[in-house]
Amino acid sequence: MIDGVIALYIFMLAAFTGYEVISRVPVILHTPLMSGSNFVHGIVLVGAMVALATADSTLARVIGVTGVFLAAGNAVGGYVVTERMLKMFVSAGKKRGQSR
Amino acid sequence: MNAAHMSAQTLTQLSYLVAAGLFIVGLKRMSSPLTAVSGVHWAGAGMLLATIVTLAFMGASQLNLLLVLAAMLVGGGLAWISGKRVAMTDMPQMIALYNGMGGGAAAAIAAVELYRGSAHSTTHLAIALIGGFIGSVSFSGSLIAFGKLQGLITKAIRFRGQKLVNLAFLVATVAAGAAIVAGMQSGAPVVSAFFLLALALGIAMTLPIGGADMPVVISLYNALTGLAVAFEGFVLDNAAMIIAGTVVGAAGTLLTQLMAKAMNRSLGNVLFSNFGESGAASGAVTGTQKAIEAQDAGVMLAFSQKVIVVPGYGMAVAQAQHKVWELCQLLIEHGVTVRFAIHPVAGRMPGHMNVLLAEAGVPYDLISDLDEINAEFDTADVALIIGANDVVNPDARTNKQSPIYGMPILSADKAKNVIVIKRGQGQGFSGIDNALFVLDQTRMLYGDAQSAAGQLIQAVKAAG
Repeated sequence: MIDGVIALYIFMLAAFTGYEVISRVPVILHTPLMSGSNFVHGIVLVGAMVALATADSTLARVIGVTGVFLAAGNAVGGYVVTERMLKMFVSAGKKRGQSR
Repeated sequence: MNAAHMSAQTLTQLSYLVAAGLFIVGLKRMSSPLTAVSGVHWAGAGMLLATIVTLAFMGASQLNLLLVLAAMLVGGGLAWISGKRVAMTDMPQMIALYNGMGGGAAAAIAAVELYRGSAHSTTHLAIALIGGFIGSVSFSGSLIAFGKLQGLITKAIRFRGQKLVNLAFLVATVAAGAAIVAGMQSGAPVVSAFFLLALALGIAMTLPIGGADMPVVISLYNALTGLAVAFEGFVLDNAAMIIAGTVVGAAGTLLTQLMAKAMNRSLGNVLFSNFGESGAASGAVTGTQKAIEAQDAGVMLAFSQKVIVVPGYGMAVAQAQHKVWELCQLLIEHGVTVRFAIHPVAGRMPGHMNVLLAEAGVPYDLISDLDEINAEFDTADVALIIGANDVVNPDARTNKQSPIYGMPILSADKAKNVIVIKRGQGQGFSGIDNALFVLDQTRMLYGDAQSAAGQLIQAVKAAG
């Protein structure tokens, strides 16, 4: 599937993408964006699910369950706090619009 | 491999491709205030798609499927509740916590692969190990960072020879990893030792780091978790994990550098030198702090032309942002020009203070960052410092002996008058005295930011 040089290409292109996406961000969005990128690596959830799905021993199941538990926490928690933070920027903008 | 299996796999891979695309679009949208909320929705859609398709086609036995669902429900449910409840002021440590969980999950994937001993090649094994190592460090390190910001760990724990101990942990972890790769076998005790050492390293690395440097450290661990996820993505042949993990790794590294730069600290400095170690004594300031009553301070504010408010962590902990904005609205009604000056690292994270002011409803155009506002302090009648300390310490400009020498600061000392709202006479987060507090034009209004702002509101109303 994904191997050798192809994997390195994906890695390189994704790294440049990450750098470009962030490079022109205003300071006010640093914390929400850190939280947003924290949410995005919550995709580890699908990996943890696959690891647990293919588990064939008790040890693997225990570790797998831990992994899925932690990953789900990362994904859901990351989403909730990011959305909460970003929504405040919207409401602040709206309030300003109304007061004018 | 039959046709049905093939198409399920193709479908899964395609959904990962779409998810990866949605993540990138989402992050891009999150980087502008206007589209930011839609950004997290885009990324969320990608996450949902990838999760549902994985759930449908991962081919688990009934028992495993049940375990997956249960673990998702409990982990996701707890995170949902905690994420909804947490106060905005406590956001940084929640990010640390969720980030640590992601690192732990990446380490768990590595552990499943390693204990199973099913790696196809040495490269495969090595990548699983590196991802597991980074994930473990990020997991335990983030938990320590959470504990520190939450106030569970109150002191930076330091002792002689600490760096040697950390180095020993690092060498031992790498040695255990090398043994696993060289042996090409599962070797459960070695694998366990490897993970325990990596976890210990994360703890040992983070314990000596002071609270002021925590945002940089959390951001670093965020980038590391991204990398760990990418490495485990290679192990699992999962393109979504590789792309999302690498994007976060790169973006997080850049963000970490931006933060470190804003504090005039290099990353190496944050990680390997203990803050305040050298200059604790030489930062001493002579002079006395002069107190002021809320009534007098209120009158001073009400009859000013221009007031620049400098909010800091003290405002955040006291949850005083609403009261402060109420006070400022009152002043604006009095015809006072009010501006907010935000230091890049005010609060506990870059942008944290902006989030809090946005929560209170302060319009963007009243908020300025360091470069914009510093020239304006000359023209301000009053600089109102609310729970900020190190970011307005003029020693950073003038005193080469000071541990924070060279850090860009807000030039509050250039204002005609300075009013400092502060809980007591203590020192700032870095543990050094503040030369601003003993200047001739500075008056101290002691009290917690919430009640002090309340008193000032009354005083301004009374003034006219």
